[in-house]
Amino acid sequence: MRSLLFRTTALLIALGGLAACSADTSKQTVSAPAAKTAAVQKDAVYAPRQLVMRRLSGEQYQNVIHDVFGPTIELGGRFEPDLRVGGLLAVGSGDVSITAAGIEQYDTMSRRIAGQVVDEKRRDMMLRCKPANAAAPDDVCAGQVMARVGRILYRRPLSQTELQAYVTAANVGAVKTKSFYAGLQLSLAAMLSSPKFLFRTEMSEPDPDHAGGWRLDAYSKASQLSFFLWNSGPDQILLDAADSGKLNTRKGVAEQVERMIASQRLEEGVRAFFIDNFGFDQFETLTKDTTLFPKFSAQAAADAQEQTLKTIVDLLLKNKGDYRDIFTTKKTFITQELGAIYRIPVVDTLPNGAPDTWQPYEFAATDPRGGILTQVAFTALHSPPGRGSPTLRGKALREVLLCQKVPAPPAAVKFDIVQDTNNPLYKTARDRLAAHANNPVCAGCHKIIDPIGLALENFDGAGAYRTTEQGAKIDTSGMLDGVNFTNAAELGKVVHDNPATTSCLVNRLSAYAIGRPVQEAAWLDDLKQRFSASNYQLPALMREIAMSDNFFAVVQSETKAAATEAAPQREAR
Amino acid sequence: MNNLVMNKLASRRNILRGSAYGAAITVGVPFLDCFLNSNGTALAATGAALPVCFGTWYQGLGFNPGRWIPSTVGPGYKNNVELQVFDPFRDRMNIISGTKYFLDGRPLETHTTGWQIASQGAIPTGVSTGASLDSQIADVIGTRTRFRSIEVAIGGGRQSFSKRAGSATNPSEPSPAALYTRIFGPEFKDPNAAEFTPDAMTMARDSVLSAVKEERRDLMKLVGAADKARLEEYFSSVRQLENQLALEMQKPDPLPACTVPGTVAATKDGPDVPDAEKNAKIFGRLMAHALACGQTRVVNVTLGSNGLHSVGSQQTWHSLTHEEPVDDKMGYQPEVTWFINWANARFVEFLRELDGVKEGSGTVLDRMAILWQTDHSYARTHTMDALPIMIAGRAGGRLKTGMHVSLPGDPATRVGLTMQQAFGVPIKTWGGLSNETSKTVTEILA
Repeated sequence: MRSLLFRTTALLIALGGLAACSADTSKQTVSAPAAKTAAVQKDAVYAPRQLVMRRLSGEQYQNVIHDVFGPTIELGGRFEPDLRVGGLLAVGSGDVSITAAGIEQYDTMSRRIAGQVVDEKRRDMMLRCKPANAAAPDDVCAGQVMARVGRILYRRPLSQTELQAYVTAANVGAVKTKSFYAGLQLSLAAMLSSPKFLFRTEMSEPDPDHAGGWRLDAYSKASQLSFFLWNSGPDQILLDAADSGKLNTRKGVAEQVERMIASQRLEEGVRAFFIDNFGFDQFETLTKDTTLFPKFSAQAAADAQEQTLKTIVDLLLKNKGDYRDIFTTKKTFITQELGAIYRIPVVDTLPNGAPDTWQPYEFAATDPRGGILTQVAFTALHSPPGRGSPTLRGKALREVLLCQKVPAPPAAVKFDIVQDTNNPLYKTARDRLAAHANNPVCAGCHKIIDPIGLALENFDGAGAYRTTEQGAKIDTSGMLDGVNFTNAAELGKVVHDNPATTSCLVNRLSAYAIGRPVQEAAWLDDLKQRFSASNYQLPALMREIAMSDNFFAVVQSETKAAATEAAPQREAR
Repeated sequence: MNNLVMNKLASRRNILRGSAYGAAITVGVPFLDCFLNSNGTALAATGAALPVCFGTWYQGLGFNPGRWIPSTVGPGYKNNVELQVFDPFRDRMNIISGTKYFLDGRPLETHTTGWQIASQGAIPTGVSTGASLDSQIADVIGTRTRFRSIEVAIGGGRQSFSKRAGSATNPSEPSPAALYTRIFGPEFKDPNAAEFTPDAMTMARDSVLSAVKEERRDLMKLVGAADKARLEEYFSSVRQLENQLALEMQKPDPLPACTVPGTVAATKDGPDVPDAEKNAKIFGRLMAHALACGQTRVVNVTLGSNGLHSVGSQQTWHSLTHEEPVDDKMGYQPEVTWFINWANARFVEFLRELDGVKEGSGTVLDRMAILWQTDHSYARTHTMDALPIMIAGRAGGRLKTGMHVSLPGDPATRVGLTMQQAFGVPIKTWGGLSNETSKTVTEILA
């Protein structure tokens, strides 16, 4: 009975967010009605989505460049800030554009990259052809280069018109500069800042498996698979599978999904998801007061993110572990920089003493550390510059890991009486928050965020362990959704066992995969069951999402609604 | 005079070229005399007035109630204690008090909603929003400069309230060294340089961009309406780039007050007060030079109040507003007030930089208006009424200054509307729901 009640509560929270955490339950909305798909619906799970045009992330841009031109190419620019929607930058990428300041950056990067490609030392290897005359235009060589590079950058073959535009551009440039290579550089740079490269535009076609329904075309499928699993554009094999029509068969998709999941490159895709979901982009602007936290160097901040990612990759990919164990695992990796914060001596065993050498480390069973919540990346990221913050940490746990929305604090609240850090009556954060939470306006929300945040009070603003604050012993006991714990390690176990933990991952990963929050409860439920059946193996969940019909199912775009009357097939490029 | 000496002179002075009896002569004269009319308000050659410029300064967390509103209204007001730092500019500023941001039943996202109303006039319902007022003004006055606008963030990060319509935010530059390179790097063309040779690579870039224009635009045919709008924003940004190339290919009109600032070394950007203070100073100088050199006509400054932090303190300015007790004797929060004074000193410093660039009898500040706004009037309790607003500069005579105008209970958007109309944005009303207004602040319109 208790477990049923508990589950119901968790479900309600998952559906309605925590809008009701003060007292007002009247405004809760339960999930949006399913789209009108009855005519084409094959089963309860079918859930086509809108087409979405996504801007490449900085990482994706870099990965594609390295795929085409090799890892030694330097970008030397800065990307526009991304936008977080529904907890994910991957979803926000479907809403952003490119500003004037942004295009300046893309333009500078493009010319720099193209300059490296046509550099005298590399050009023969990179271009694989030579002009008849290096001081004049050359249609053949320019055409070969632009067609080959264009296929990777545009993630599909160029149309004749497109190819001709780039050959003309290279020729015009060659004439003006009296150099074939300078002309090619400029043409290549123009392609690198083209919207067809910078935005992933999806194309659709009628779906024979769902009469009247639509699906992504084969090249859009290739892109969606590849950005989801590898965080980069499709490779030649995947594009070949699109060319040959194999991606329009379930068998063909399965072959590619298996190949991609078996590849080393899956790690890049897994990392990209967790970097996005955990909000590691916020490290860019994270600062710590170096007089209070002298060990929290820039290197330590970088290592902290890497530590969490390494922990996850090692557990979920290398050891095929259970996703829930990321909250309890005692195994991690450590560097000398991190060792200073964790107070663990890290002996560098390499003769040249490289400071960032990673070493595996396992905390003792009795150690208060264990799981990613107790790692520096979590505790330091969700803290202001000069101290820790149970409220920020508790809010992050709810929002990032349990997918529950914590509302903003109400206006016109006075904090000073209860939050005077010099007040001898309220020495610890728990004392101060308890006094604060006596205010009924604040109490509702603080009740759901503070107890879990307070469990992490043994870790200061930079993530170092402590047992007292201002001489008073820190009490880390609390309760999460009805389950008690006494310290951070136990909190990890409670999060491990909370059903919201795995359903949140399913919600986020599916939204990440298709670039839109998934509203269809039936599809999510189906994925959750399959995730559970796999013993919560992350690659298994990725496979389920990639192999689901919904991964490619779309609704007809408004442009096509007008165009398809005459031409029901995929539009010509 | 040998060529070397002549070149040196030419680089320091402007050169008048003419011809006498068919032979080219070159005469160097001090530029103030030769290019400006006697008032310094217009270019002598064309008679055109020096262009007006606009700026925004977003400084969060408000002021202390009772310490900033002048006791009298109208001209000749006396600054209250927190604004006394602005005394040297009093006659060239306006203080607007009493206005509000209206929520209309929408939830207050603290330190967000106020900014949205201040910059966009309304609380957006989704990711896609209207353009911010500086963008509207830039579309009128900033279309022929290298940069439609320049955004900087004091205190690190890339926060900016400058938005194009839709979802594009013009990101702030946190690093003065990067801003220097962007404006005064290799692509900068000194308007006062004697010699001008268009660069072959620049001309080739321009031609290449033309050659791929159609190929790029055909993407528009393949996307839905919302994505079309996003692509339009992209193409508008590309036009700005083409505009930059076009400007690089022609000899710019001389601007006598333009001098190129010295190179800027890399600094640490972040919310620690000493870094922010150092960077604010350099940003001010760079923006003054950029405006004087005609590189842009719109500048937007975000002073990242929330994260600002004194070295060695556990607290940020923002956390202090909530957590620092009001001192019984003083009647205000002392550390918070320290930050308010610190930030106001940065704004004064910025005004000094702009005022330091002399153009005849006036200065760059005189042909500007800088709108100072905040998110909450009193951050301690997140209030949004009795908001402080300041305007510095006369916008080349379009505004009257030296006034304290009290508009109790009126929407703050009245001031934003006034600014947009003063700069020629063709709108009659501005803002959404209760923040919508068609009333300008006539007291300050010239």
